[in-house]
Parts: sequence; C-alpha cells; structure tokens
Amino acid sequence: MPAIPSGKAPQPSQTNPEQIRNFCIIAHIDHGKSTLADRMLGITGVVEARNMREQYLDRMDIERERGITIKSQAVRLPWKSGIDGKEYILNMIDTPGHVDFTYEVSRSLAACEGAILLVDCAQGIEAQTLANLYLAMENDLTIIPVLNKIDLPAAQPEKFAIELSKLVGCKPEDCMRVSGKTGEGVEELLDQIVAQLPPPKGDPHAPARALIFDSVYDTYRGVVTYVRVVDGKLSPREQIQMVSTGVKHELLDIGVISPEPVSSKGLSVGEVGYLITGVKDVRLSRVGDTVTSYNNPAKEGLSGYKDPKPMVFSGLYPIDGDEYPMLRDALDKLQLNDAALVYEPETSAALGFGFRCGFLGLLHMEIVRERLEREFNLSLISTAPNVVYKVFLENGKDAVVTNPSEFPNGKVEKVLEPIVKATILSPTDYIGTIMELCQQRRGTLGGMDYLSEDRVEIRYTLPLAEIVFDFFDQLKSRTKGYASLDYEPIGEAEGDLVKVDILLQGDTVDAFSSIVHREKAYAYGVMMTSKLRELIPRQQFEVPIQAAIGAKIIARENIRAIRKDVLAKCYGGDITRKRKLLEKQKEGKKRMKMVGRVEVPQEAFIAALSTNADVEAGKTKK
Amino acid sequence: MSHRLAFYIHIPYCLARCGYCDFNTYTPRELQSDTVRSLSSRYIESAIREIELASARVGAAVVPSIFFGGGTPSLMAGTEIASVINTIRDRFELASDAEITIEVNPDSVTSEFLALTREAGANRISMGMQSAKAHVLAALDRTHSPESVPRAVELVRSHGYEHCSVDLIYGTPGESIDDWRESVAAALSLKVDHLSAYALIVEKGTKLAARVKSGELIIPPEDETATKYEIVDEMCGEKGFHWYELSNWSAEGGECRHNISYWDGSHWWGVGPGAHSYFNGVRWWNVKHPETYQSKIKEGKSPMLESEELSEQNRRDESIMLRIRMREGIPLSDLSPAERERVGQYLESNHLDDGAWTQGKLVLTRSGRLIADRIVREILV
Repeated sequence: MPAIPSGKAPQPSQTNPEQIRNFCIIAHIDHGKSTLADRMLGITGVVEARNMREQYLDRMDIERERGITIKSQAVRLPWKSGIDGKEYILNMIDTPGHVDFTYEVSRSLAACEGAILLVDCAQGIEAQTLANLYLAMENDLTIIPVLNKIDLPAAQPEKFAIELSKLVGCKPEDCMRVSGKTGEGVEELLDQIVAQLPPPKGDPHAPARALIFDSVYDTYRGVVTYVRVVDGKLSPREQIQMVSTGVKHELLDIGVISPEPVSSKGLSVGEVGYLITGVKDVRLSRVGDTVTSYNNPAKEGLSGYKDPKPMVFSGLYPIDGDEYPMLRDALDKLQLNDAALVYEPETSAALGFGFRCGFLGLLHMEIVRERLEREFNLSLISTAPNVVYKVFLENGKDAVVTNPSEFPNGKVEKVLEPIVKATILSPTDYIGTIMELCQQRRGTLGGMDYLSEDRVEIRYTLPLAEIVFDFFDQLKSRTKGYASLDYEPIGEAEGDLVKVDILLQGDTVDAFSSIVHREKAYAYGVMMTSKLRELIPRQQFEVPIQAAIGAKIIARENIRAIRKDVLAKCYGGDITRKRKLLEKQKEGKKRMKMVGRVEVPQEAFIAALSTNADVEAGKTKK
Repeated sequence: MSHRLAFYIHIPYCLARCGYCDFNTYTPRELQSDTVRSLSSRYIESAIREIELASARVGAAVVPSIFFGGGTPSLMAGTEIASVINTIRDRFELASDAEITIEVNPDSVTSEFLALTREAGANRISMGMQSAKAHVLAALDRTHSPESVPRAVELVRSHGYEHCSVDLIYGTPGESIDDWRESVAAALSLKVDHLSAYALIVEKGTKLAARVKSGELIIPPEDETATKYEIVDEMCGEKGFHWYELSNWSAEGGECRHNISYWDGSHWWGVGPGAHSYFNGVRWWNVKHPETYQSKIKEGKSPMLESEELSEQNRRDESIMLRIRMREGIPLSDLSPAERERVGQYLESNHLDDGAWTQGKLVLTRSGRLIADRIVREILV
C-alpha cells in the first residue's frame, strides 16, 4: 500500500518543497469530482473507511443536494509514490465548479502547479469545464487529462479521449482512465500527479507571502482563511497583515486539513493550509489577497487580486412585510461568509420594504435566495434580475443604475451595459438553433471550433442582460439539455437601451420596470401586459394595463370589469355560513397589494416576475 | 312589549333528490320507508313539540309570518300542515294579517291539500318552477314537466290563495340566454305576484358537482350568468315587478314578509331538523337527521346542535352583509366616514344608486347587486 502510516509522513512546516505537489480537479457538476476526491482520501489513508461519508468535502447542505461545490477546501494527502518509492505530500485544492465563481476558481488555480481535467466519459466535456481548463492553461498549470466513470456501461472513453487530447494537446492514449466509484486507476493517478506535476518554487528566506484562495465563516472559529504559501514562512502567534487592505491580525491558529483541521508549527514554501485570526467577517480576509508578516512585510502582494464585483442585481422582498428585519439580519449573516454579496435597503411602492442585492451571477443569486428561504425560513419575492447600467445624460450628468425603476428620465446621451464572452459546447445538431438564439440576443459570433466530429465549441460576445433574461433556459430547451454554457465578463458596450414601464390603471408598477433593447421593447411590453392580464383578477372597474417608454404607450391590454361577485343563492336562513365565508374573503382581501386602486394578489407578482415555465402553466384562467 | 317571532317549519322529505340540491332533505328510501306519509305524522308530532318548546323559551310573542319550506311540504297531509298552524295560533298571538306560506312542487300539489291548508289560514304559495324548459329541468333532475306549472298555479288561485310566487334557477348547464328569457316570460305570464330567481351554485358533494367535475356538464361562464340576472331584472321591471331583495321581485304588496325578516335582523324560530333560528342575538341550528331530531324531542331534550352568540363585530358584519341586499338599503349614517369613502368609489362606477346616495342611503344598482359581496368586503375590509 502506497499510503504512508500516520505519524511518519513529512510534517507541516518541515516539508521540503521538492516533496510537495499542489493540484486541483477541474470538472463539471456530476462528472464525479467529489467521488474521486473521496476515493483519494480513502486510498491515502487520511479518512478511514468507517468514517467515510459521501462527498466528504462538501459541507453545506445545499451543496450536497445540488451536487455542486461552492466553497473550496484544501486537503493534505501523504503519498508514497509507486514509481520512485519516495514520500510526498499532495495538496488537493477543491475548486468551485460554476460560471459565477470564475474569480474564486482562478485563485484556486493560482495556488496549484497542476490540474486534473476530469471528464465523465459518458458525457464529454462541458462548457464550464472548458472555460476552467483554459483558465488553468493560461496560469501555466500542468494538465493531466482523466476520463472518469469508466465503469459505466455508457462509457465511451475512446471517443472522449480524442476530444480531450485535442483540447490539452496530448495523445489520446495519454488520457488516464479511472473510476472514482470503484477506485480503478486512482493509485496510478496519484503516482502520475507526483511524476508529472512540478514541485512548488519559492524563496524560503524572503518575507512571507501567502495567497488567500478561500475564506470561510465558521460559527465557532470565525473566519477560516485558506492559503498557499509562496515565499517565506508563517508561524503560530505571529502578527500578520493583509497586503491589499493593510489590516493587521494575530495568527491564533495555523494548520493543515487532513481532512479535519490539525494545528501545525507553521506553513512554509509551497505548503497549503488554514489560518484563523478571530476575524468575524470574510470581507476582512478576501480571496486573492496576500498574507504577509507584519514585522517583516513583503514589499508587494502576489498579483491577480480583484475585488469581487456584483454583476447581477435583484430586489428581494419579504412576502410578509413584518419579516423585513429578519431579512436584514439574514443578509448580514450571509455576508459574513460571502464577500461577493452586496445589498442595500430599497423601497418599492408595489412590494414594500426590501433590499436591492448584487450577485456575481444567476447561480450566486439562486444560492443566496435559497439559503435565505431555507436557513432563515423567509418567504421572498424577488424582482426580475438585471445588470448594471451606466447612463450618460445630455446635460453631462451620469448615473449607475442597478434598479430599472431608477433609470433617469432626462435626455439620454448613451447607455453602457456589461458584455460577456460566452462559450457554448453542444452537439453539432444544434448549431443552427444556438446561433439563432444568440443572434436574437444581440450576440456577435466570435468563432467556432469542432471538439470532435459531433461536438462543437461556439463563442459569442453577448450583452450580459440577455443572458440574465432566461437565456440558459432557452438554450437548454432548444438543445434538449445537451448544450452547456459558460461566460465571463469582458467589459462594457454602448447599447440602444430604453426603460419600459408597466402601468396599471395609469400607475407605474415599479417592480415591473425593465431596461431592454429598443427593438425588444415592444415584445417585452406585449409579453408583460398579456401575462398580467391573465394574473390580475377582474376589478369593479376596467383596468388598462399599459407598457410605456416614457410617455409613449407601446402595448396595452384590458382587464374587463368584474360583472358578478355575489352569492345569489337561496339560503334557508343559514346566515352563519354566509358570514363565515365573508370573514374568509376579508382575510383574502388583506393579502392583496394595492397598486393605486387596483388590488393585485401577491401570487400575481410572484408569477409575473418569474420566467419559470411551471409558474406559467399554473396561471389562473378567466 | 311582546316579541315578534316568525316561524320557519322545515319539512325534510322529498320523493327524489335533485342533483343540485344540498338542503337537508331525505327520500323515504334513504329512511327505509315506503312513503312520505308513513313518516310525516310522527314527524309533525315532533315539530309541534318543538313549537311548544319555543313557546316556553320565548314566552308571549306576535307571529307575523309562518313559512313551510323543505324538502317538499306538499307531500304532507293538508291536515298535518293545518295542525302546525293551529299549534302556533294556540301558543302565540298569530297576527291578524299574518303571512303563511307553503312551498309546493307543481307535480305533487293537490286540490285537497290546497283546500285544507287554505282553510287553516295559509295565504301564500311558493312554487318550485325553476325553468320553463324541459332540458333545463332535466339537467336539474326536476321531476315535473313545464306544463304542470300553469295548471298548478291555476289550482292555487282557484282555492283563493291571495299570493302566489314561483322560484326560478338560472345558470344551469345547457341553459341558453334565450332559454332563460323564455323561462322568465313564462313565469311572469302566470297569475303570480312574486318571483324569486336564484343563481345555480354547484355545491360540494352533490350529484351535480360530480357531473361537472367529470366534464359531463359545463357550468356557463359567470358573465353569462350576470347577463341572465340583468335579463330577469329587466323583464320584471317591464311587468311592474320591482326588486325588494337581491334575488326577489314582486308586484306592489307582493313582497314576502317572511323572506324580508331573514335580511332585516328580525327574530325567527326554525322548527325541524337542520333548521336555523335567530333570537336575541343568538343563532342556533338543529341536528340534521330527522330520526336524531325526533329522538331528541321524544327525550324532552332540545334538538339544538350548535349555537353562537353574535359578537358586536359579528352583528355589525351581518347587518351590512344582509341589509345591502335590500332595496331599502343602508342609511349612510350607519357607516363610518372611512367606510363611506371606501364604498364611495362605487358611485362613479355606477354600482350605487346616485339618487339614494344624495338622500343619505346606500342602495345598489342592478350592476351593484351583481357584485354585492365585493362591495360588502370593501366596506368591512
């Protein structure tokens, strides 16, 4: 057994960099990364079989349920090479697997010398994996292509070996074949990590510099910061400093994860581990920042630090207005563990008191919302997500708009909107429909490459706003779920954008205002007005629903006045029943939101703000 | 001052159950009996005992009206009805102008029954006509034919009944707008001085509900039902009938006073299984099954199943909810300024009568009556 008996492995702070290999696993959701990681924990002996539970490293319930990893961790694995018989330390750095967390991924990659490109050999590579692979290649990481799930009956290792070899630039037979489930090929893979990956380089005598690649809030210990030491050494009880913020902390604990935290005498060049300083807020210990010694600080931080920048905004409102303080507390708590989440109070005439929240992307938004509902028991209405616009007025003033209803009314000179580079991987059958979708969404074709005979990579430049608006759902439905999408922000561009307001009985409903391309304003207006006509119950007067750009009406629907709302029945004296019915109806009326004089049920807001198909299907008929 | 107390006498028997009906009524077969008559004499005894209970409880009272409803009162012996009237006359002070109504089915009412009840003092007949169209009657499971109605009304009149009313139902599956016009015209061509028109309600657990759920029958759209209400109101107006309650129209002097007492907060005692009563701020209702009812009575116990004492809030809610249905309307002084303001918006949408409003009254227009429940919610929030 190449596992090293515990206690005899090289110890943290005293490990020669030559004996260290730092790697991560790049894989798509459900391609088996967690199972492979579990298998590695077992084979290297850091987790005994009886303590093993599935997806050991994924800690949050949501992660486990969705099968995705949001927060990365680093595990120190001792390994005796089957090739040269020497002892090594392998640091496995887990990377988040989704589009919204590109920056976090890039920092994880920066902490490694190599990456395992793990692909399910029944499915082939997906767009997000490809994007992360490119990121790894840009970081000069050594790539080991690995085909997983070779035990599956549907496995096509030959086919996907060709695909991977083209992407990585190797021979198809260089692709390793493993099964995380059965363990087949995993020992060989560990040996290859040792053989192929270069050891970390760094100056042990220089002032300490360690890259923060993750930062997690823990209720008991405060913020746990994960670092990769590049130069020098960090020791317990010393004063440390964050280079970008200049904040000073005391190092209360330092150690490695194997896979439970173990305190150590420090971390030296090439080593990966954790720091605890007693800080309660992850924003004080940011991913990408450099940790240095306060008494002997490095002159420069490591390159590549960026502030997380919210790209997608949405208003979050409690369905029960009394829950507003609870929502505020919940957001405060979530932010301790999520440096990318931003929010500020906002008031909507239609929805009441809430918060305008900024997210890295749609998944980040969904995760935050789900955590608010699940962990804090809140029921929320969220407005349709939107991007950030920079609006320049003819009078020389400008504004940053994160809420469409705040789009300025004056003469607009130009509007800038965020632009992304999107990569779509798909079977070749769907090229036509994908291109059609991207054209409709104001996309510019950037290029197209065949990964194999029947799979293609399509690159488009698209406004982020178009992606935020149900692009992913459309892509999935047009390609029967086969296409995958990745995108990354690449800047801003001028767009011919207008604000479309929705008016009920002449009153603007702020929650429904949207910023759209001028050519799509009409379609948006027609869509919203007809949707609302279905969703809003008839009132005692006719209710016009209008879509307008400024003062110009572009679409209109009418909700006819209700004609019958009475029980004209013979009662036989059962007044009690009738009164109880009235009492029930009064309760229902209290749950209505008033827009001017129009009563709108909350369900109508929820349904109108959703692009979800099943809400559509459940809409009320008149 | 002595009380005024109206009586409702429930006759819980029918020969067959109509598909739409959820009233508390039973067929002889359901009660393991061959005929209604074999059940009725024993039942009438119990009903009379309950009237005696009422007398003990209420003390002296003037009785302004008696109403025999059901079920099918015309299935009873005329003498049985007469004995109930006589008991009330004995135990209370029956007003000299008392209105005594009996509901009858056009196909079961007989000359003998009418003669006996008329002789006992009954002066008003309410007949379940429902429709003049055979296919509509069939959809409702009614057993009578359209032709039986004019004959039965003639018979009623020939026995010297002062008042005669027919009931209609609108919104039955398969009933067209023209069908409805014909039914209303047929009803108004009869020698009647009163018309009730009720919208068909699909009640849970009825055969009709099952047939609608299975898709066999289709309930006409609400807007069409609203149109039918407008039609009956219009046609009644042309005939000189005016509405006095949301679902009731009459010639001058033909209003059903007993009916009005339900809506204006008067006291009444409901006799029989499942019957509801209201007296001195308390509502109660009896056990539903005729056998349970009779055994309670036999044991000398009250047949009451449940009661509720109305809170101040309940009384107020009911007062608005019930009085709004009347042509008499609600004095604006009974509403708070905020309530007046909220309901005031219905003036401009023409749901409230302008003239009445300026005279300090809330009275619904035709379109207002059609959304009366909504207006009640607006007032009472």
